[in-house]
Amino acid sequence: MSKMTVEVVTPERVVYSGQAEMVIARGLQGEIGIMPNHVPLVTPLKTAPVRIKTEGDKEVKMAVSGGFMEVRGDKVTILAETAELPGDIDVERAKAAKERAEKRLAEKYAELDVKRAERALQRAVARLDVAK
Amino acid sequence: MAKGIREIRRSIKSKKDMRQITKAMKMVAAAKLRRNQDKAEAARPYADKIQEVIASIASGNSGSKHPMLQNRPVKKTGYIVITSDRGLAGGYNANILRRVVNTINEKHKSKDEYGIFVIGRKGRDFFSKRNYPLLEEVTGLPASPAFADIKKIAGAAVQMFENEQIDELYLCYNKFQSAISQIPTVKQLLPLEAPESNNARELNYEYEPSSEEVLADLLPKYAETLVYSALLEAKASEEGSRMTAMGSATDNATDMINRLTLSYNRARQAAITQEISEIVAGANAQA
Repeated sequence: MSKMTVEVVTPERVVYSGQAEMVIARGLQGEIGIMPNHVPLVTPLKTAPVRIKTEGDKEVKMAVSGGFMEVRGDKVTILAETAELPGDIDVERAKAAKERAEKRLAEKYAELDVKRAERALQRAVARLDVAK
Repeated sequence: MAKGIREIRRSIKSKKDMRQITKAMKMVAAAKLRRNQDKAEAARPYADKIQEVIASIASGNSGSKHPMLQNRPVKKTGYIVITSDRGLAGGYNANILRRVVNTINEKHKSKDEYGIFVIGRKGRDFFSKRNYPLLEEVTGLPASPAFADIKKIAGAAVQMFENEQIDELYLCYNKFQSAISQIPTVKQLLPLEAPESNNARELNYEYEPSSEEVLADLLPKYAETLVYSALLEAKASEEGSRMTAMGSATDNATDMINRLTLSYNRARQAAITQEISEIVAGANAQA
């Protein structure tokens, strides 16, 4: 199977760089799978896990928030505010953040607080999913 | 020399202690400068990529309608001022603050016309003591700040622009030229100037869901990235400035120690000479 180059970049550093057969991410309108020779594409990403299939069954999972993806020929670039590999994730902290966010959502505050709690919840869920 | 031998000796000792401190600070600053430069380097791919994508959208016909790219009549101006938390960095804070105050005095007549977002304790103290209108402040940033550290202030500034609470936004920081030269800079951040696109590599992207929405998502990120890279540059400038200041302080201390040692030896010599002549005079008187 042909391969493409995948790079995941945050403002601080290049988090991941390598070859892959397929990249699966969640765009604004649902899951998108990118394979080599995809048409050039730019899309914002939701806060969710990104799966990079490197070879056969092997895949790398990453929790990505505030990002977007650029596809160009045989190169996929994901730019994100945060991107964490399973090893970088503090599971306890993510669990605590999830509970906190759920509690806040249950209480219902003003509009802005709900949005913030929702975002926090998404981040926590994505992290937990990746860390599993 | 009017001073006694003992005073000179004490003064030499204290200068030596001081020199040790400034020397250590200089070396710490050099190490931090190095780290910040690496960090600025690491941040570049992200900024370049965002810029590239925005350029290719904006060069298409639909792009330039976004409010962040459009000039509108200016009723209120925002300034993001980046200073340090700690002093002993030569003219670092004084230079940028003077530059900002001059700009404000030139452009504005009343305090309603502008607001300041300040980063760093030195700047905060300066502006709040003089009753400048502060909109937001961030202090106590680590020596090598992460993107999340300034997200709050950058996000707030961009948000205020989108809500039309401010109509333009300037970024004020010390631009890093080299370890010995930093230039106080006031740069327009918003409305954004659409980055020039490189026509040779023009690609027809597909945008999902649409180019306008992608642009609306990317532009605030781009603005925040610009703030972050300015911050990294300012931090490098700070350490560079501190390194130079501490370097010259160390040199000055060495000079002073040399001069004091000379006068210490002279005084000692004079005391010995005087003692000898007193003994000789005493011996002569006996004979």
